Amino acid sequence: MPAYQTSLTQIARRRTHAGKFLERLRSGDEIAHMVTLAFAASVLLITFLLVVELGRHSAASWHEFGWRFLVTSVWDPVFGEFGALPFIYGTVVTSAVALIIAVPIGVGAAIFLAELAPPLLSISLTFVIELLAAVPSVVYGLLGIFVLVPLLRSYVEPFLQSTLGFLPFFQGPAYGVGFLAAGVVLAIMVLPFIISISREALLAVPMEQREGALALGSTRWEATWDVVAPYARTGILGSIFLALARALGETMAVTMVIGNDPKISSSLFAPGYTIAAVIANEFTEATDDLYLSALVELGLVLFLVTIIINALARLMILATTRRGTEHP
Amino acid sequence: MSARTHRRNLINVIMLGLTGLCTLAAVAVLFFILGYLVWNGGRYIDWDFLTQLPRPVGESGGGMANAIVGSGKLLLVAALAGIPVGFIGGVYLAEFGGKTFTFVVRYTADLLNGVPSIVIGIFAYTVLVLPMQHFSTLAGGLALAVILIPIVLRSTEDFLRAVPQTLREGALALGAPRWKAVITVVIPAAMRGIATGVLLSLARVAGETAPLLFTSFSNRFWSHGWNEPTASLPVMIFTYAISPYDEWRRQAWAAALVLLVLVLFANIGARLILSRKSLSRGF
Repeated sequence: MPAYQTSLTQIARRRTHAGKFLERLRSGDEIAHMVTLAFAASVLLITFLLVVELGRHSAASWHEFGWRFLVTSVWDPVFGEFGALPFIYGTVVTSAVALIIAVPIGVGAAIFLAELAPPLLSISLTFVIELLAAVPSVVYGLLGIFVLVPLLRSYVEPFLQSTLGFLPFFQGPAYGVGFLAAGVVLAIMVLPFIISISREALLAVPMEQREGALALGSTRWEATWDVVAPYARTGILGSIFLALARALGETMAVTMVIGNDPKISSSLFAPGYTIAAVIANEFTEATDDLYLSALVELGLVLFLVTIIINALARLMILATTRRGTEHP
Repeated sequence: MSARTHRRNLINVIMLGLTGLCTLAAVAVLFFILGYLVWNGGRYIDWDFLTQLPRPVGESGGGMANAIVGSGKLLLVAALAGIPVGFIGGVYLAEFGGKTFTFVVRYTADLLNGVPSIVIGIFAYTVLVLPMQHFSTLAGGLALAVILIPIVLRSTEDFLRAVPQTLREGALALGAPRWKAVITVVIPAAMRGIATGVLLSLARVAGETAPLLFTSFSNRFWSHGWNEPTASLPVMIFTYAISPYDEWRRQAWAAALVLLVLVLFANIGARLILSRKSLSRGF
């Protein structure tokens, strides 16, 4: 084909493109497209700004301490010495305690709701459990201070000490406030996420899987545990990751029951501190720039960790729901 | 029956029973929370609590009128700033979007939704409070809007996508341009669901405390206009709960009951609206 002809077709094509565009512009569709696009893009803009702002305001702390910030454990605003290790430790320990409690209960309840309960009961109970997720975290904190902490101090912690006291986790005086209290509150708070998403993942498992297992002579439990649950594994794991991200970032309830003491103790009874809690408590008191910058850097650490865990969780949940729709 | 079958049946019954217990435990927690708050907070709610300003420490009585109004104002700012952005953005994702960009926006919205609210508070502080040099209702409300946007966006998109394709095709076949089909046919068809999503998002941000701590801060008195620090119910609950005064703690219980009732009513109301919708569609 001669070169000029190619260019002619190109021009023609461009003309029709332009024509279509004009037509869409005249009908208003192009305007509607662009206006709505601008609003949708604002989500990206906000997220981008969030990252930039966190980075900008934590730069001073980063220049001063570098990686040392994450591994040293002295937090002394008076002498301008900031190490985040006690907060990272507290965040990890409380979230771990929360998951150890919440995962078995959550997955168990999800199995009951997806496999055993009749549909109407399942739907209404799931609704009630999802209401738990709507309870504001400050209300959990309030109940934590006045109900859970006295309960732990007078009954649970002495009991654990007398039975499992040989383990390092259950030694030392029972304060009530501390890692254990924060872990229990977090467990209750993340439970609805685990239950509701795991239930959906289980419901997405094709009926044939259950029928096959039952036809081979397995009991209801064996069919559920050996066949259905492994099939829904990715979704259940996704719900646990989502719960983990929630637990890591939860602020108010934890601040109210953890004791707010930047110490690293092996005992779960001891008071501690988390990243989110120290930001909540000290941000308005941060008088000099380095102090504020260190707190923002803590926020950045929290942001990065939760975003990575969330991203993984979303991908896992996406993968299961997609697979579920492939087998209707 | 062989011993092995017997054992398998026993395990079956025990494990299935345990799953039931797990469910019972989770449901019991909610009823415990509700019952305890009603019993404990209900005793301290009176007319003064709803209409009076906080009294100085040591004086009994007083209330949280300023915090109730403050929470209302914060929600208003959040709604005015957040709902349009989330709603129109959601319309883009469901009706005008392409493939890649839509996926990116949707995924980012999900991630933004998962960002700890305390981090949103830091963001609002650096962007709004630092330049303005003071805490304000406006900064607190906008911080809440950042939390609101991804929730409204995603729920709007989901409900628009649930509208049958035939409705769109019908409108387009009658010669309507796409935007007109969306405004006059698709959005009204999904309106109930979208309203539910908005209601739920407001209920969610109404209880947020962490982003308000250093944006709207707190105030013992009335906050005038939009440029002053303001009291809000969640922050009041926090400060009163960790205080050493019995009187304040009692008021924290009362405030928690008010907040919880509002949030739960919004949630139950939203669910009722939705279930009636699916019912009418069934007929």
